[in-house]
Parts: sequence; structure tokens; C-alpha cells
Amino acid sequence: MVDRDITLQRRDVVARILRDRGETLVVTGLGSATWDVAAAGDDPRNFYLWGGMGGAAVMGLGLALAQPERRVLVITGDGEMLMALGSLATIAVAAPANLAICILDNERYGETGMQETHTAHAVDIVGMAAAAGFSATATVVGEAELEIQVPVLLETPGPVFVTVKVTADPVPLVLPPRDGTWLKHRFRGALLGDAAYE
Amino acid sequence: MTASTTEPSWPNEIHRILADADVRQVCYVPDAGHTRLIERCLTDQRMQSVRLTTEEEGVAMLGGAWLGGQRGALLMQSSGVGNCINMLGMTRECRFPLLILVTMRGEWGEFNPWQTAMGQGTQAALESVGVTVQRVDDASQVAETVDAAARLAFNSYQAVAVLIGQRVIGFKQFRK
Repeated sequence: MVDRDITLQRRDVVARILRDRGETLVVTGLGSATWDVAAAGDDPRNFYLWGGMGGAAVMGLGLALAQPERRVLVITGDGEMLMALGSLATIAVAAPANLAICILDNERYGETGMQETHTAHAVDIVGMAAAAGFSATATVVGEAELEIQVPVLLETPGPVFVTVKVTADPVPLVLPPRDGTWLKHRFRGALLGDAAYE
Repeated sequence: MTASTTEPSWPNEIHRILADADVRQVCYVPDAGHTRLIERCLTDQRMQSVRLTTEEEGVAMLGGAWLGGQRGALLMQSSGVGNCINMLGMTRECRFPLLILVTMRGEWGEFNPWQTAMGQGTQAALESVGVTVQRVDDASQVAETVDAAARLAFNSYQAVAVLIGQRVIGFKQFRK
């Protein structure tokens, strides 16, 4: 909950961040965040979760530890992150410098009927991440703040945790491929080349 | 088995097998039965050891490790298996290799009745979401069982759990 008007649109936010992604590896949390990243343009270096609620951030941790030279960006929603608040502690203690987590916070469970999440009631996930020990944290409400935080998400030594407050306006459904095994092979092939299939 | 004056060798043997299998990420929620294995992994510079707040984190984390080209192992007590069930659905859908080493409670001579429901349901719970379960109740067979499980997991892209029986670990002593 913030006391300023929320005007940022989730699709615009994700497209803006990914415009500058370079070689960044992206993991998405199930539901709207997966659709948002797909809408910005499919990419073999995207790994879309269609399930495993609460797993996106820690999946990013395992990937970041395995690929310390690559930037890893997790894009997920407030509901998905709220299911795994303990993982904020796990990630902060493991402290991968190349990991950033971006929460698209519409204060709703978007896939199940737009019920409110705890962030609609003063629960501050960014504050929790900061208290856990994330080295860079921010809450974004407007476009100017977003412009400041895009390079933080993509470059600043982390772990980084940024929440972007977005509207609860409905957006068209954009579905990426959903076969998990295929997505895994595509991602590993793009990242590891022939070694993916040894 | 009750408390012994000589330490068993199987935790060290598991560590050697994990190292030989090129396991590079080890994550865990501690269990007394895994104490020495955790200590050995923490001091092994080839491995990144990550302490979890709940076991399901490790399931997703090691999916990420595999995406990045590394192998991992997840250590837990049997009560932690119940925390993992939905996340293991992701492991199956994506056919991520996953090696889980579970120390058992709630079965052989258990003192704490609160451990029995999950302990006695552990194997069925894992199998319900497609995890292959390989059980060992003899300390002399722990190493070969973990070795075979690691090969099955990483070579055949399976989720495999080794259940290390409470008979191997010994009774937990509740001393007043």
C-alpha cells in the first residue's frame, strides 16, 4: 500500500526493463508475470514458470550461483513472492551479486479473481527484503523512479530487490510455450550450447 | 543401532560420492542425521552450500542450478518432504534431475509421536508426485545406494530420493 496514485502499467514496465536486458537470464513467476514477459517478446533465455508458486526467486538463486558471470533477473508478482518470504532470507544470506528480483505489485492475486494480497494492507515486501539483507532495495511508483531502477535491476551488484507498483487494470492474455521440459532444453541450449545435451 | 563410540563412515562416503558426481550446489534444512555430511559440504570449496528456510526452496533452487549447468543435492529430514510436494510437480514437468537425501524419523524406535505421521507417509508422498524412492536400512549399503541414485538422477534426468532409515541413523536421544 502506498499513498501515491499508482499509474504504471505492468506490460509497459516489463517491456521497459527487458529493452535493456542484454545477455540477462530471466526467470518468471507463475501467472501474470509470465504473461507479461511473454508479451515483451519470447526469448530462449526466458524460463517461464507455469506452476511451482513461491519458487521463482529461489530458482533464480540456483541459476545465479551456477552462472556467476551472467545477470539473472527474476520477474514475479506480489502474491507469488508472499508465498516464499523465507526465501528472502535464504537469498540474502547466500548473497549472489548477480541476482535481481523485480516484483510487479498490483496488490492482487491476478489469476484467481483479483483478490487482495497482503501488500494491499501495508505489508512492505521491500522492507522485508532489506531487513533480510538484500544489498539494494527500492519501491518504484512512477516512471522517473523506474528509469533509475532499470540499471539497478540489470547491473548493480546485488542481491537486488525492487518492487514496482502497477495498476490492477486487466491486460490481454499472452501465453508463452508451456511444456516445461521443452522450455528447459531451449534455455539450456541457449545458455550452454552443446554442453546442454551431454 | 544405539549411540556408538565410533562414528559411522557413511556421511563421509556420501560426501565423496557427491564430489565425484560433480555436485556443485548443496542445499539443506538441517537434520541431526545429516550433521557431518553438512559439515563436510560446507568446508568443500568445490561446493556452494545453501541453508534453506524450508525444503521446497531447495527443489526450485536446484531446478535453477540445472538450468545454469550445475548439479545439486538437497538434504532434509523426512518431515521436510511434506513441505516439497507442490514444488516437486515442477521437477517432474520439467524433467529436472534432482537428488534428495532424506534422513528418516518417525519409524524405527521413534520417541516423538509428532514425527510419525509424516515419517511413515514419506515414501508414499514422494511417489505420489513422481519421485523415485530408494531406501537404505543398512549402514554398509548407504554409499552404494547414494551412488546409484546420483547416477539415476543425473544420467536419466529423474527425481530420486534416498531414504536413509532411522535404523541407520540411530534413535534420537531425548535426555532430561
